[in-house]
Amino acid sequence: MVSSKENPTHSINGNKPKIRIQDLTVRYSDGTESLRQINLNIPENAITVLFGPAGGGKSTLLRTINRLNDLADVVELSGHLYIDKQDVLSKDCDVIALRRTVGMVFARPVVLPMSIRQNLTYGLELAGIHDSSRLNQAVEDSLEAAALWEEVQDRLDEPAARLSGGQQQRLCIARALVLKPEVILLDEPTSGLDPISTGKVENSLQELKEDYTIVLVPHSVQQAARVSDYAAFMLDGRLIEYAEGKLLFTKPGDQRTEDYVEGRFG
Amino acid sequence: MTQPPSPPSIVKPRNTQRRNLIQRLGYIGLILAAIITVIPIILIVVFIYSRGLPAISIEFLTAMPRDGMRAGGIFPAIIGTLWLTVGTGAIAVPLGVGAAIYLSEYAPDNRWTRTIRIAIINLAGIPSVVYGLFGLGLFVLFLQFGTSIIAGSLTLAIMTIPVIISTSEEALRAVPNSFRVVSISVGGTRWQTIRRIVLPQALPGILTGVILGLERAAGETAPILFTVASFFLPTLPASIFDATMALPYHLFVISTQVPGMPIQIQYGTAVVLLTFVLGMNGIATVIRSRARARRQW
Amino acid sequence: MESINWKEYLITRMIKVCGYSAIIFVIMIFIFLLREGSATVIEIPPDALFSTRWYPIEDYFGILPLIGGSFIVTIGATLIAVPLGVCCAIFIAEIAPRWIREILKPLVELLAGLPSVMLGFLGILVIAPAVRSILDIPTGLTAFTGAMLLAGMAIPTIVSVSEDALDSVPRTYRDASLAMGATKWQTIWRVTLPAARSGVLTAVMLGIGRAIGETMTVMMVTGNAPVLPTGLGALFKPARTMTATIAAEMGEVANGSVHYHTLFFIGIVLFVISLLINLAAARIVFRQQKRAERILS
Repeated sequence: MVSSKENPTHSINGNKPKIRIQDLTVRYSDGTESLRQINLNIPENAITVLFGPAGGGKSTLLRTINRLNDLADVVELSGHLYIDKQDVLSKDCDVIALRRTVGMVFARPVVLPMSIRQNLTYGLELAGIHDSSRLNQAVEDSLEAAALWEEVQDRLDEPAARLSGGQQQRLCIARALVLKPEVILLDEPTSGLDPISTGKVENSLQELKEDYTIVLVPHSVQQAARVSDYAAFMLDGRLIEYAEGKLLFTKPGDQRTEDYVEGRFG
Repeated sequence: MTQPPSPPSIVKPRNTQRRNLIQRLGYIGLILAAIITVIPIILIVVFIYSRGLPAISIEFLTAMPRDGMRAGGIFPAIIGTLWLTVGTGAIAVPLGVGAAIYLSEYAPDNRWTRTIRIAIINLAGIPSVVYGLFGLGLFVLFLQFGTSIIAGSLTLAIMTIPVIISTSEEALRAVPNSFRVVSISVGGTRWQTIRRIVLPQALPGILTGVILGLERAAGETAPILFTVASFFLPTLPASIFDATMALPYHLFVISTQVPGMPIQIQYGTAVVLLTFVLGMNGIATVIRSRARARRQW
Repeated sequence: MESINWKEYLITRMIKVCGYSAIIFVIMIFIFLLREGSATVIEIPPDALFSTRWYPIEDYFGILPLIGGSFIVTIGATLIAVPLGVCCAIFIAEIAPRWIREILKPLVELLAGLPSVMLGFLGILVIAPAVRSILDIPTGLTAFTGAMLLAGMAIPTIVSVSEDALDSVPRTYRDASLAMGATKWQTIWRVTLPAARSGVLTAVMLGIGRAIGETMTVMMVTGNAPVLPTGLGALFKPARTMTATIAAEMGEVANGSVHYHTLFFIGIVLFVISLLINLAAARIVFRQQKRAERILS
């Protein structure tokens, strides 16, 4: 039996929902990291944080939003996930277009084995944009937004592998931005980074949220508390609690949330 | 005051000496094995070059043979081998690399895929002379191509495909999966990902495998015995439906079937064949080490 | 975009066809061998077919001496190649310093690329006379000579596959053994080699498969006397393998004659033998993979 507290189809003051998740259930063939009956609304132009102990389903949820799950061995997938009015789980969803609308940044910075510029133009060329002035402008804009432009503007044609870890991750953020998505998903984006780079990334996110909807899986509770406008606590594939960030981390409603935030388990 | 316990003795006990002796003897044995294996290789190369280089001249390489192969050059054999190598490559490379891409990037983990892999392992193990029989039965007789370059190339190609598949698949799998995930996440299709990222990164490995596979094909005699090779041809082949001479077959015949064959010519032919093999090995090695140095992952 | 979808679909289909081509080839080979060779079963009664005299001119088609010839030459080659090859692999993988590895591996690869006809050539000119004078026997063209050269062809396969297997034993195994006070030698024999057991076994089987399937080398140096080998002394007498028989006699055979069909039949026998060896080797590999997955999950 599902209590209303465990699966809030809540209303949140302020931003209207960009992503609406209804009764989402995902199961992998080896039983790990599943999702059970998730109901969640993610507001636009805000940072929503999905946090919780390992194996709770956070990454799975993230990867369902841009259908990256299609690459994995999924045995059950039911429910609906609406971005604006479009159910991305339905058969007539154009997955390629979806992935351009939803950008993703992974935990370890993965730069493609090409130059910095080519890393960014890759997605654009796939989308059929070949006009070099448009490409160059997009490269500059996205690097600015990721706070990387000044550091690399003179070496755009060098291999991206030569950048430092923090720079590579910001390049990945730029790559996620270059297609002008509406939603940005970040899966532990600062887990390999030093505190200074982490700080730079977190600051960029605060600026980016003005124009994008951001969903973030943090790599620590502290980061979650720092950056979240809204926060969702997930445990064992279920959504336990969801509220505004300030509220959730100071006065959690559910005992389990409080235990996790206080560090009693995790 | 009680004494603190004495630390455990780490002085070497006596049987350490015996252990070390065994190890030393064992190492010597292994080194001997390596030397016995490797010295003959060097000897072979040195031997053939020392006996055969004197026979090499421009005439030897570019002239047609005379006097029943006992004089003149071996030009038609060289050309024939080149033709066959190109023909084999033209058939085996697309099929082999295509199959490798299928296995590495597309194939699901089911019974059919396992059957394909078993088939490949089997193809790799079939004796070369059986390939010759197969080529005779299918291409020369049934499809009536006759002894021709096309029959030989097709036979050699099917023989070479398993080699190309396994080396290519290894090269493709070595490309980190994270690249593929990134490409998909920005809206790439599977083929776009392969064409733009996976294949270019795997190219040096694939190329090395192709070169080594073709080198093997160029040196084989048994598959071409019944499918393409001729000993005495007055003219060069004009089309792929003609028979041709070939270096390995030529070496075989002049060293076993022709009385009074000057030893110089035999060694000379061996030198040409060996140089071909060494050359391809060398190219493959160079490609491999340069790629390793420039790799961006 | 519509056009991308259509192109993508076409390319994906073609790649899938390439993937399945291996199965098609194996089936084709089997069919065409059967087509020409199955008549033998009707034309020659089993007791004649499996008798001990192979003398086609007088209608003796007993294939046992040929099977025996292949057998003895392969056994001889295995006895030489396996110890040398495995020890060489252990040396390269576990003991040799980097610079020696860099020299040895290309050399072994070179040996792998040497055409069989070249080894046969050297066999006739150099090795057989040496064997004759050193062992003081009537002729140097014996099964032993063939075995030696075959070992040379099988060793590269054994070395490279074994070396891969030894390399892929996880570092942690060796570290754990050394941490318990074992010497490096003890670690190799008690930990690393057993852990790589199935890979090395696969290497040996592939090497044996290579030896059985060799044609030109044995044809040139084993003396071509189709006599059933009996006892150890037969190793130093001439013999005839199945492969050499096909290669030597196919050229002089009338299309459709009993002899012709029998040669194809021998081809079927070879095909089946290599199939069995390779299936066994594949079984080992697959079973090892499953076990590894269970351990690592």
